[in-house]
Amino acid sequence: MMTTRILEGLGRLYIFLLLAFLYLPIIIMALMSFNVSPFYQLPFEWTTEWYASLWQNDQLISATWNSLEIAIITTIISVVLGSAASLALYRYEFRGKKVLQALLFPPIAIPWLITGTAMLIFFFGVGIGRGLFAILLGHVALALPYVIVVVSARLQTFAPELEEAARSLGANQWQVTMRVTLPWIMPGVIAGGLFAFAVSFDQFVVSYFLSTPGQTTLPVEIYAAIRKGFTPEINAVSTIIIVVSMALMLLTARFFKFGGEK
Amino acid sequence: MAGVQVSNVSRSFGAHKALDNVSIDFADGGFYALLGPSGSGKTTLLRQIAGFDFPDSGRISIGGESVERVPVEKRRIGMVFQNYALFPNMSVADNVAFGLSVRGEAKAVIAAEVQRALDLVQLGKLGGRRPHQLSGGQRQRVALARAIVTKPRVLLLDEPLGALDKALRVDMQIELKRIQREIGITTIFVTHDQEEALTMSDRIGILRDGRLVQEGPPEEIYDRPKSEFAATFLGDANIFRGDSTGNGIRLPDGTAIAAGVGAALAAGAKASCAVRPERIRIATDGGASDATNANMLKGQVSKRIFAGNNSTYFVERAGQTLKVIVQNTGADRLAEGQNVVLRWSPESTVLIAAS
Repeated sequence: MMTTRILEGLGRLYIFLLLAFLYLPIIIMALMSFNVSPFYQLPFEWTTEWYASLWQNDQLISATWNSLEIAIITTIISVVLGSAASLALYRYEFRGKKVLQALLFPPIAIPWLITGTAMLIFFFGVGIGRGLFAILLGHVALALPYVIVVVSARLQTFAPELEEAARSLGANQWQVTMRVTLPWIMPGVIAGGLFAFAVSFDQFVVSYFLSTPGQTTLPVEIYAAIRKGFTPEINAVSTIIIVVSMALMLLTARFFKFGGEK
Repeated sequence: MAGVQVSNVSRSFGAHKALDNVSIDFADGGFYALLGPSGSGKTTLLRQIAGFDFPDSGRISIGGESVERVPVEKRRIGMVFQNYALFPNMSVADNVAFGLSVRGEAKAVIAAEVQRALDLVQLGKLGGRRPHQLSGGQRQRVALARAIVTKPRVLLLDEPLGALDKALRVDMQIELKRIQREIGITTIFVTHDQEEALTMSDRIGILRDGRLVQEGPPEEIYDRPKSEFAATFLGDANIFRGDSTGNGIRLPDGTAIAAGVGAALAAGAKASCAVRPERIRIATDGGASDATNANMLKGQVSKRIFAGNNSTYFVERAGQTLKVIVQNTGADRLAEGQNVVLRWSPESTVLIAAS
């Protein structure tokens, strides 16, 4: 009895420390975005001044919109292409399939610094150059393997008889996919989409290489702002983004049980 | 409704001949069992009839129409899968409605047809449930309702009762047979369970290594098997091997066994005799023969297995173990180690050409 109680206490402490490790820096940053002192000085004095001045910072706001736009388009493109690719890899046997599957994984492991350099050289070579379109292309290329990995993992739990049953009932390939297969892999598609969104929205290195001054994404803009001199506006914009993205995550987790069977 | 003709169908996967020149005529409205061990080609044959896979050669027709190159979704068949394959993201009613819905039927028509199909399988009130909320037997019924609601020309069942426990399986056998009679649909049923094949079907086709071994009504196959394999796969049989005497065989030790049914074989050819265990009478040694033309062998009981309504005796003779099943009539049971005499009539003995 005594030992189980001690173990239970240790378990709780462990979880508390883990959560503290994950969230403490974020909480402090969020608090400081409401602190009067721009230099993290205590005592804490409440203000929304930084949020107000953030509203005046056109550069930061336009970078935020760029980031959101690119992340959303990246998500849509990579989810559609990635899900279709996963279905093809699941359903069909074709020459070179094994090689293709093997080659899908390394891009995840290649450092972004190297991918970014390679993309910059390549885009210049083919005449695309730098800019928002180049960033979008780069992000789709980075996000695609994640979507394929997640959707393919979900497809592994799919019973192929379900497609056969649907066909035996007269459904054509499109009806089978839309009404039987897609509903089953939906949690994988959503999770893959979240990955794609995160890869794009968090992306610094590749965006930095491919952006032109003035036409850039939020992480690059934040980096530039910090180099010029730190302002609590950065805390403010970061806090807004964290709140929005956590709400998005929690909502998704609420509606789709990731990896759940039912 | 329609009959199904399979003519000279062959199908290979690499070097493996899954189906080797199989021809069967499935009569309109009949209940047909395809029986065989795993790897015998019975499921491959069912998938050819369904249209999931196409034969390398040969013809398949449904209702007189050639279909061997028609994909499954255009064949108008109904199929029940081994693990039911119910769509987990849909309610029971939506599962049943699927076939009508992809066809673009009107909502009101679909609702009425679905209700009728669910009533037929006695699940009229469970339309709103999800598949995972149903028991195995209920899922089986939903799968059946889903397969027949589109009024297919033929119903294909791939070991549909394999996942159910024994008691439920017997219930479902009766139920399936009732529904099949009620709608009169040609039904082809794949199973490896010989009892199921015997009790349910009008005709049985036995497959082995991709070939059709024997085909006919269950009584005919049971009473007059044409091969040792058919004799031992459908039911139990004692097999004696020796040389044909024209109307029986002579065992290597000189004992003659008279056969009243089976193949007509020239004397001297290698041949076998098959005798069902329940056709043999067993008596203690020294008892008088009660029939002049009875086959007779002496042996010793090595084992007795009591199963309530009957007992199985294993009797040793000349290096062979024979199986005898005796109904529990209240007569004295024989002890292990006892010397016995086995007698059976030539009419119970089937002469089979050596395979």
